[in-house]
Amino acid sequence: MRPLTPRRVVLISAALGAVLFIAVVISLRMGAYPISVPEIVMTLVDRFLGRSSQIPPDFWNVVYEIRLPRIALGILVGASLSTAGAGFQALLRNPLADPYVLGVSSGAALGAIISLALAPETPGMIQLAAFAGAGATIAVVYFLGRRGGHVDTATLLLAGIVAVSFLSAVIMFLMTMLPGRELRGMAFWLMGDLASPPPISSRWLYLLLVIGVGSIYTTSSDLNLILTGEQEARHLGVNVNRVKVVVYVAASLLTGLAVSVSGAIGYVGLLVPHLMRMMFGSDYRLLVPTSALGGAVLIVLADLLARTVVAPTELPVGAMTALVGAPVFIYLMRRRVR
Amino acid sequence: MSSLGFGTATRDASTPGAGNTHLKVEQASYAYRATDASAPTFTLGPVTFEAQAHEIVAILGPNASGKSTLLTLLAGLNKPLSGRVEINGAEVSQLDLRVRAQRIALVGQESELLFPLRVWEYVLQGRYPYGRRLRFESDQDCLYAANALAQVGADRLRDRWMDQLSGGEKQRVILARALAQQPSLLLLDEPTQHLDIGGKVELLRRLRRLADGNRYTVLVVTHELDLASEFCDRIVLLHKGKCLRVGTAAEVYDRALLEEVFEAPLEIEMRPNGRPRVILQGS
Repeated sequence: MRPLTPRRVVLISAALGAVLFIAVVISLRMGAYPISVPEIVMTLVDRFLGRSSQIPPDFWNVVYEIRLPRIALGILVGASLSTAGAGFQALLRNPLADPYVLGVSSGAALGAIISLALAPETPGMIQLAAFAGAGATIAVVYFLGRRGGHVDTATLLLAGIVAVSFLSAVIMFLMTMLPGRELRGMAFWLMGDLASPPPISSRWLYLLLVIGVGSIYTTSSDLNLILTGEQEARHLGVNVNRVKVVVYVAASLLTGLAVSVSGAIGYVGLLVPHLMRMMFGSDYRLLVPTSALGGAVLIVLADLLARTVVAPTELPVGAMTALVGAPVFIYLMRRRVR
Repeated sequence: MSSLGFGTATRDASTPGAGNTHLKVEQASYAYRATDASAPTFTLGPVTFEAQAHEIVAILGPNASGKSTLLTLLAGLNKPLSGRVEINGAEVSQLDLRVRAQRIALVGQESELLFPLRVWEYVLQGRYPYGRRLRFESDQDCLYAANALAQVGADRLRDRWMDQLSGGEKQRVILARALAQQPSLLLLDEPTQHLDIGGKVELLRRLRRLADGNRYTVLVVTHELDLASEFCDRIVLLHKGKCLRVGTAAEVYDRALLEEVFEAPLEIEMRPNGRPRVILQGS
């Protein structure tokens, strides 16, 4: 009778958590230094129980210094981007909304680059700047995408395309003009890359992730109603403006967070929420946690492919997601136009 | 776990039917302006009428007469520029959003769904005003939703997808969601628009039964002069933003008046039951 129970949300999330754990173990296993699955599990268990002395230093290095930080970063980025995508889709009432497609990621990247040029040493500044860039971009795209008081799907996507190309041009300009090798090395970073660990304690980043995803989750009942119509949601007692502000800020925060550590990885926010809708329905009370976990799984696996397909050379993980995401985007768009 | 999904009906003390006058509209007016300084592009009012429990009130008028504007005032979406709109003694525009949704339900023009939704989930949305912001439906919510579906005769539709319903079925489901809100005032914005004549009569009969049996006050914005005459207790006639007349159909349906308002030649025939019928003249 009840369409969704908290029990179901917990069970499905736990199942996806298990899938994520398996993805992490597989990802830990693959690489130049061979480690067997039992060894990985033992190592993780030892670490968890605090028996670090039993772990051989070679293992310790490969697992905890090289592979795990990168995987953890992938989890952070995947969860952020796909939750942000689900948030933007509800906020803009547009199923094709995605931080990358709308130019929000580019805005965040521009913010990040400006902060690197102006205040490279200030901790947290890059995250703040990326957040500001994301928030400013979505605001501009939103107003460009409005026609006659309504957000029109096609106009919004065009506004996104324009934003992406304009912001990319500005980024190119800055990279050419500004001195310093790091900036030029960013071409790779801009495609979305997990290889360079962020200079800030990841504890803060995870705290921001939890705040962002949690904020969007608190509005999930409201978002369900907003998806059936803003005016109707108002009639049913939803404070639509409050919800919009919360989702706008939280989704910008999540995008800024992801871009500040990994560059602009595309299509995650589009692919994952849609996949989760197909599997579990479009109820946001389930969609938000499953998108966060599913996004983490996707990025962990995509990064695994990115660093093993043409090993020892690595691809940017953003190239992997775009390879899958762009065709899916076209498919979804054509299905809607039909 | 169930503590998350609490959905007990925390209803205000002034439940419907406590007093007899449910809806009181007193000299309510409104004006749309492009900007605060500019001259109003449309002005409504002042409008005065009352509606009791069990009553169906029709708001009649040609296009651009102010029907929808009046509806936004009644629904509390806009605050009247002057005058008052009260429900059970409380000013509608000052009610907390959720309290308002517990008292007033609006059946609007259907809107496009972004993602597919089942009828059952749609009707359960009507339970949103009861309980916390982030909520899971309780068994009690399901009971109310099931009752609402039964009241509109749509039990068998519960597992269908919303976008696969016919116009009449969809109308009934939208009405069911409004009933799940347990309102005391039910507002309907041109509910007969997409229905064939059988569907129109069926809907109005249903509204009549709901008003009689459940102490609802029902307010219908419509173009259907004959249906309004047949099923409604009171008519509010609007024209170019002015409230011309309020009363029973027999009091309001004056040939010269209606001809002027609707700009069409017509005749009024008084039927034995005291309800007039409007006959359009071809030439």
